[in-house]
Amino acid sequence: MKRKEVQLREIAHARAGDKGNISNVSLFVFDPRHYEAVKAQVTPQRLKAEFGGVLRGEIVRYELEGLHGLNFVMSEALEGGVNSSLNLDSHGKSWSFLLLSLHVNVEETGQ
Amino acid sequence: MGDHGAMNATMKAALKNQLKIGTGAGFSADRLDPALDLVRRGRLDYLVFECVGERTLAFGHRDRMRDPALGYNPLLEKRFRAVLPLCAGAGTRVVTNMGAANPRAAAERTVEVARAAGLRPFRVACVTGDDVTALIGEDTQLPETGSTVGRVGLPMVGANAYIGADALLPALESGADVIMAGRVSDPSLFLAPMRHAFGWSWNDWGLLGAGTVTGHLMECAAQVTGGYFADPGVKTVRDLAYVGFPIAEVDARGSAVITKLEGTGGCVTLATVKEQLLYEIHDPSRYFTPDVVADFSSTRLEQQGEDRVRVSQAGGAPRPDNLKVTVAFDGGFLAEAEASYAGAGARERARLAGEITSERMRALHGFGGDLRIDLIGVNALHGSAVERPTETQDVRLRAALRSSSREEAELLLWEVEALLCCGPAGGGGFRGHITPSVITHSAYLPRERITTSVEILEA
Repeated sequence: MKRKEVQLREIAHARAGDKGNISNVSLFVFDPRHYEAVKAQVTPQRLKAEFGGVLRGEIVRYELEGLHGLNFVMSEALEGGVNSSLNLDSHGKSWSFLLLSLHVNVEETGQ
Repeated sequence: MGDHGAMNATMKAALKNQLKIGTGAGFSADRLDPALDLVRRGRLDYLVFECVGERTLAFGHRDRMRDPALGYNPLLEKRFRAVLPLCAGAGTRVVTNMGAANPRAAAERTVEVARAAGLRPFRVACVTGDDVTALIGEDTQLPETGSTVGRVGLPMVGANAYIGADALLPALESGADVIMAGRVSDPSLFLAPMRHAFGWSWNDWGLLGAGTVTGHLMECAAQVTGGYFADPGVKTVRDLAYVGFPIAEVDARGSAVITKLEGTGGCVTLATVKEQLLYEIHDPSRYFTPDVVADFSSTRLEQQGEDRVRVSQAGGAPRPDNLKVTVAFDGGFLAEAEASYAGAGARERARLAGEITSERMRALHGFGGDLRIDLIGVNALHGSAVERPTETQDVRLRAALRSSSREEAELLLWEVEALLCCGPAGGGGFRGHITPSVITHSAYLPRERITTSVEILEA
């Protein structure tokens, strides 16, 4: 199979939510055939390595096989949370697109 | 509270097979026109307005301290003047947490609105008991901080427990046109009408889990119908300017179809439903509400035609013994000041402006707290994670700090405004705001300590 490098945004979608100082970002692939590759490459370790500057605490990942989705629960990711952060985006709503900016290597599915 | 699961034969005969619930608002400042459209054309049994967040509730407490007649959702009168006459015509009952920090005053205002609209008979059931400020003391533990209320060192504004469907059931059974509450767990606003209509018992955990998943999907209104979803070029949403709010067609076994009115903007697809399913969720197999610990992980989604997604097979486990309480504290002020730089060298001039602001706030004025400098267009949101090269020549400086002193907050605005003459070349468009701020922490109370009650007000 031919493989290609793509930005996650092209093959997956995401939404961020907040509770206190914890942010969660859910990530779903559009095409189930991409699920395993994304699961293998978008790991808590990788998020810490790329974005450790803002995702300061522990990251736990939940896998939803049936929905082809991953849920990242990220502690200390909101500079104290909506009530104490000085970030313009105090809810961390834009963290979804931080994740979607990552690049992954996937099989060409040929639509 | 536990008796509401018990039913006689007459009550059982009155049970329904299907329930249509619409969402009229998914947050305190949500749009009104989609709610009116839902009542006009949706043939709804219930319309739910979910309007309370931790911050809005804390601000409600503060409003109420200033004026005992305030503390509820500021849009209540505007919403109800438009929606209640339509609901009366359509036979749609309203369930809402617009009471926020003052459900009693909200219920009184609702009765006045109904009276002025000539709606008679009209009854509002007011649900109270979520305000547990009196039960919180200096020694109350705040487990997530590892500390106590006393050690936060800030004045407490108020404390509310998340109450559940149990608290709303007597209000629904009263037959009232509007059920007015304060801090209710969001999905419980939807689960309560299901329990009422289908006679689900308080401990039928599977059904409560299923109903909670539906409630969770519905609670943010347009966020399941294509709102907060569009990403041009990747995720297209038709007619987003007129996005329709959702309808749940729930059956007595707990499955539901999420849909919206024909002719409205937006879309209901597997993708929109999946994004909302995990919105603000941590462990999908253990979602805690006052009613149940719901299991979202087994949820099955099927597209059943255009803008119709069927949700089934969610599960549930016994409800928690303790209820979550949000304790709000006075957080002083958030000061934000901005100015713009454009054209060649904009980024460098904005950066210099930020350095000058920092220098003067710290060295000259002795400000010792956190001071944040953003270059909007360069590094504001994701900037502290990754600063990507950008060609932008349109940069907005933003400086922000928090302080318990209004004077210190005002100083930041003054410093940034003064850059217009004393700072780098070409700065313009100064704006500054000072926002009162609240800080919230969670506590937990045994559910037996929280007593809710229902009072009926008539127009």
